[in-house]
Amino acid sequence: MAPPLPSQRSPSPSQPSGRSEVSDLKLQLRQLAGSRAPGADDSKRDLFKRVISYMTVGIDVSSAFSEMVMCSATSDIVLKKMCYLYVGNYARCNPDLALLTINFLQKDCRDEDPMIRGLALRSLCSLRVPNLVEYLVAPLAAGLKDGSPYVRTVAAMGVLKLYHISAATCFDSDFPATLKSLMLSDPDAQVVANCLHALQEIWNLEANNPEEASREREALLSKLVIFYLLNRIKEFNEWAQCLVLEIVSKYIPADSNEIFDIMNLLEDRLQHANGAVVLATIKVFLHLTMSMTDVHQQVYERIKAPLLTLVGSGSSEQSYAVLSHLHLLVMRAPMLFSTDYKHFYCQFSEPSYVKKLKLEMLTAIANESNTYEIVTELCEYAGNVDVPIARESIRAVGKIALQQYDVNAIVDRLLQFLEMEKDYVTAETLVLVKDLLRKYPQWSHDCIAVVGNISSKNVQEPKAKAAHIWMLGEYSQDMLDAPYILESLVENWDDEHAPEVRLHLLTAVMKCFFRRPPETQKALGAALAAGLADSHQDVHDRALFYYRLLQYDVSVAERVVNPPKQAVSVFADTQSSEIKDRIFDEFNTLSVVYQKPSYMFTDKEHRGPFEFSEELGNLSLGAESADNAVPAQRYEENDLLLSTSEKEENGGPPNNGSPVSAYSAPSDYYGSSISVNSQTQPETAISIPGLSAYTSPATLAIDDLLGLGVPSAPAPPTLKLNPKAVLDPGTFQRKWGQLAISLSQECSMSPQGIAALTAPQALIRHMQGHSIQCIASGGQSPNFKFFFFAQKLDGLSAFFLVECIINSSSGKTQIKVKADDGSASEAFSAMFQSALSKFGAP
Amino acid sequence: MISQFFVLSQRGDNIVFRDYRGEVQKGSAEIFFRKVKFWKGDEGEEAPPVFNVDGVNYIHVKVAGLFFVATARVNVSPSLVLELLQRIARVIKDYLGVLNEDSLRKNFVLVYELLDEVIDFGYPQTTSTEVLKLYVFNEPIMVDAARMPPLGPAAMFMQGTKRMPGTAVTKSVVANEPGGKKREEIFVDIIEKISVTFSSSGYILTSEIDGTIQMKSYLSGNPEIRLALNEDLSIGRSGASVYDYRSSTGGGLVILDDCNFHESVHLDSFDMDRTLALIPPDGEFSVMNYRMTQEFKPPFRVNAFIEEAGPLKAEVILKIRADFSPSVTANTIAVQMPVPTYTTRVSFELEPGAVGQTTDFKEGMKRFEWCLKKIVGGSEHTLHAKLTFSQESHGNLTREAGPVNMNFTIPMYNASRLMVRYLHIAKKSKTYNPYRWVRYVTQANSYVARL
Repeated sequence: MAPPLPSQRSPSPSQPSGRSEVSDLKLQLRQLAGSRAPGADDSKRDLFKRVISYMTVGIDVSSAFSEMVMCSATSDIVLKKMCYLYVGNYARCNPDLALLTINFLQKDCRDEDPMIRGLALRSLCSLRVPNLVEYLVAPLAAGLKDGSPYVRTVAAMGVLKLYHISAATCFDSDFPATLKSLMLSDPDAQVVANCLHALQEIWNLEANNPEEASREREALLSKLVIFYLLNRIKEFNEWAQCLVLEIVSKYIPADSNEIFDIMNLLEDRLQHANGAVVLATIKVFLHLTMSMTDVHQQVYERIKAPLLTLVGSGSSEQSYAVLSHLHLLVMRAPMLFSTDYKHFYCQFSEPSYVKKLKLEMLTAIANESNTYEIVTELCEYAGNVDVPIARESIRAVGKIALQQYDVNAIVDRLLQFLEMEKDYVTAETLVLVKDLLRKYPQWSHDCIAVVGNISSKNVQEPKAKAAHIWMLGEYSQDMLDAPYILESLVENWDDEHAPEVRLHLLTAVMKCFFRRPPETQKALGAALAAGLADSHQDVHDRALFYYRLLQYDVSVAERVVNPPKQAVSVFADTQSSEIKDRIFDEFNTLSVVYQKPSYMFTDKEHRGPFEFSEELGNLSLGAESADNAVPAQRYEENDLLLSTSEKEENGGPPNNGSPVSAYSAPSDYYGSSISVNSQTQPETAISIPGLSAYTSPATLAIDDLLGLGVPSAPAPPTLKLNPKAVLDPGTFQRKWGQLAISLSQECSMSPQGIAALTAPQALIRHMQGHSIQCIASGGQSPNFKFFFFAQKLDGLSAFFLVECIINSSSGKTQIKVKADDGSASEAFSAMFQSALSKFGAP
Repeated sequence: MISQFFVLSQRGDNIVFRDYRGEVQKGSAEIFFRKVKFWKGDEGEEAPPVFNVDGVNYIHVKVAGLFFVATARVNVSPSLVLELLQRIARVIKDYLGVLNEDSLRKNFVLVYELLDEVIDFGYPQTTSTEVLKLYVFNEPIMVDAARMPPLGPAAMFMQGTKRMPGTAVTKSVVANEPGGKKREEIFVDIIEKISVTFSSSGYILTSEIDGTIQMKSYLSGNPEIRLALNEDLSIGRSGASVYDYRSSTGGGLVILDDCNFHESVHLDSFDMDRTLALIPPDGEFSVMNYRMTQEFKPPFRVNAFIEEAGPLKAEVILKIRADFSPSVTANTIAVQMPVPTYTTRVSFELEPGAVGQTTDFKEGMKRFEWCLKKIVGGSEHTLHAKLTFSQESHGNLTREAGPVNMNFTIPMYNASRLMVRYLHIAKKSKTYNPYRWVRYVTQANSYVARL
């Protein structure tokens, strides 16, 4: 808990408290205002500095506004700059006074010196006073045509500032169009960069004119613009290069030649000393090669070394940002990093936020070949003086044990931890041993022998205590004194503060009772009595439930409380792969550092226009309620879109049903959903090296012979689609609700198409190439769901809406088409299927 | 793009505050400072450089004990903002000569002037000192550098060694010398941070060098410079695993795993003769960063033993051997060793005739420190420490104590053997002969010996 704010705004004692000093300053400024005496400028400088230093520490000096303006008639550029700074800070709160400054700022905008012109224009645009916008237009228009590149860079940014004050004025003066032509022609790279900044922001924000905005956004991503920028990339400074690279990463190349051209051109950017440039380049590489599995994997190999170098150079803050990205890549493709594990060993001097990332990476890349080394290293950290890291290290060992098949040695190490007799080590280890036993019941004999030796007095942390109690209950037949330990715990019921522990105690005593009734009867009675009197609702309810169950029938009670259990094969992953994909899409942004997609931490108005994440959820719900689907179908759909399909995914070979629910209720209380990334995420995107073989025509023919897919080519479509169709999610949702299904078909997808469908993005880009836009997508392997739309080229209003569900393991694809013009849906469906069948083809 | 930029002192005072977009509410500096100060207080963890409070992203770096902070509403690139903050700090240092709270407070108007040109409406414009010189007019007010504690990796040149002009590293790029004439000189520093982990048997578990070639130029007229590195330098370890220690160390071959370069560097002849050509911009910058995992000879061998010596007692022996030439001297060496938590007293026994060595048991942190002013190459030093415990140990002492961590600085030494063969400055006239300083320094990044 952070302590309360000391006091709202407390300037330290050394700082002036304000009022009298400010009036004193005003007086002195007024005296100097008209003075042309030698040295007057120097005295003014001193006074101005004092005003600005007050401003910095938060003292309101806005009352000196008119005096400051009076003093601003000067040729001293240092004075001018201070005055501009002051005016920019206070104009918004004093719009009337701001009017006073317009005059001299406008005059300065026509000064001979380009520097003064630029400065004045920048200040003029920074006033942020809505009723003064009329004074901005003329100087801005002149600024954009100014002979000096400095003034033009300022003016380009000025347009953006004007847009924020008054979008209408900005459009009325046709500034966006001017910026666009300036962007494509200006000899100065910084002018181009600022135009690009401004245009990007304007068109991303513009909501009044969605069609034009999306057209303009697309224009920025057109081949013309992209290649123009790429050809000039070396002229830009490093910051502008980042901007250009970010835009290029959104570009959808026409063919693989373009992809290789771009990558060859940008290759040397990976050797830049500025980490931001390198990461922006990597984003381009990763996104361009999304649908080219083998090249994508080569990209991973290529970017490893530069990333590791960045981690080593620069400040710890910079290396943290880079390491976060490395973390993301490691999590996506742990296989590719399995030989680099030594790079992720923790260093003594590193801050704990860096160590935590490294521990997670070590956990992810542990496999048969390196587990021994990694676990040995992690065990070194377990005795670390840095307790939080020691805890994390123990957890990491446990996670590795849970994801390995040969856990023999690891279990031994864990049991050694228990012998260290450090409280926190014991606590963490107990929780892990409990999880291990749930997955590998065969280890119970060795573990219980050690756990039985632990005195319950040495276990204080609620989680560890709960785990310990769970083991006492579960293995009561193997631990001689289990009933007596439980009994003493029940005796101290009132000292036990965590309800979690009391809940477990109830269940453990029950289990123990079924196995060793005579020894436990007394403890059970005491536990139930204590539970019934408990003030915690859940504890009370559970005690009451057990009590009534026992009253009803003891054998039924045993079946409920202590049923035979199946071992847990995989623990639930904490993050769905849809979220992971979304974070990957947002590479080189804060999403990667927070490990959350942007919609989870950004306000709506600060997101780009491409964010449908939230809408996706709404969309599916809306769609379903309008759909007259039978309940069963609805359930299925829901499941798919909410991507709780972890079950389907994990349950591959030995499907024991939902892993968590396979276990009796109390274990859910741990909430210790340990993520087993390497198993739940079979990294299809990059791990199929031999895949390229699929795409060769020869195999295609064989596939065809075997009748493995490739639907017979549909008749060439006569329908023409609008390649730049635009539809906002709201309208889509409304239409989907209103229209009836005009066509519902099932087809199968070609094997190479399925192979290419590593992530929804690949298909979305492909369909865009056929003038079919995606508005929402979801799901994860093997079930993907997409909502597409397209627009007929002739009639403006005729849209086609498609719901497309693809099962990538069976290749079955379900298509539902709704259309404004039902008569054309047959032709459209043929076209859609033909586009789909070409997906993944060479 | 960012919304605000500010610099806070260690106590949380605003030294500089600039709002570029007016989209973050007032009080962000206080929110930031409280959050950093009380970051999950109980476990004493450090706040990460990037965090989000109520939809505002706070991104910060710590430089010279000051917080350089940017706030952002949108989903920016974290490395872009962190890089930008670091660069702003560097530009300010170029201008002021010394970067600290005092110099910033004295020059805040200049800093505002810089910030106006560096960022416009939240978008970075330029961070090149060279370009900024054209637009910035305030003269820096110098603070007395001598009184300031040394900062940054190059600071060690200020003490001791007479060959170095001590004031140079704290000289502003723009201010004129008292005589009105600028001294023509250029500094090239090869700074290496080394990380080594020794196993309990003294075997090297991991080792890595992160190096940088830093340049600071005070040359007028921007002449072209050629920097020649080892001819046999090779980059990238093809095929073999990165940690392949079988490669022979006899040959003089220097193999870098990877490197990157400042944008002003031309690599046209790099593949041919390992020469970097550049026109150095004003101010300080990294010409090249590199990383090496090739086996190298660690400058120090560290051996640590702990064993029980009767009930409630244990003895520790620490041995350090300097494995470098006697002409080189390491300085400010500090060795730390965590001891079991139930240690109550430590008595130390230094070797006979020890000079400039101190020992200290920090009871609160449960570790002891052994500091040595200097270590001459080839020498060996030993420390005996007797620990007294308040309770019986649970048997395995090596799990309760350590690892030993060592910090040091070795001027005029570099572990990688990367060399600047020559530094050539294109001559403007026959009499033009600027001072060139090529300096090497090696520092410990993480130098750990396990028990």
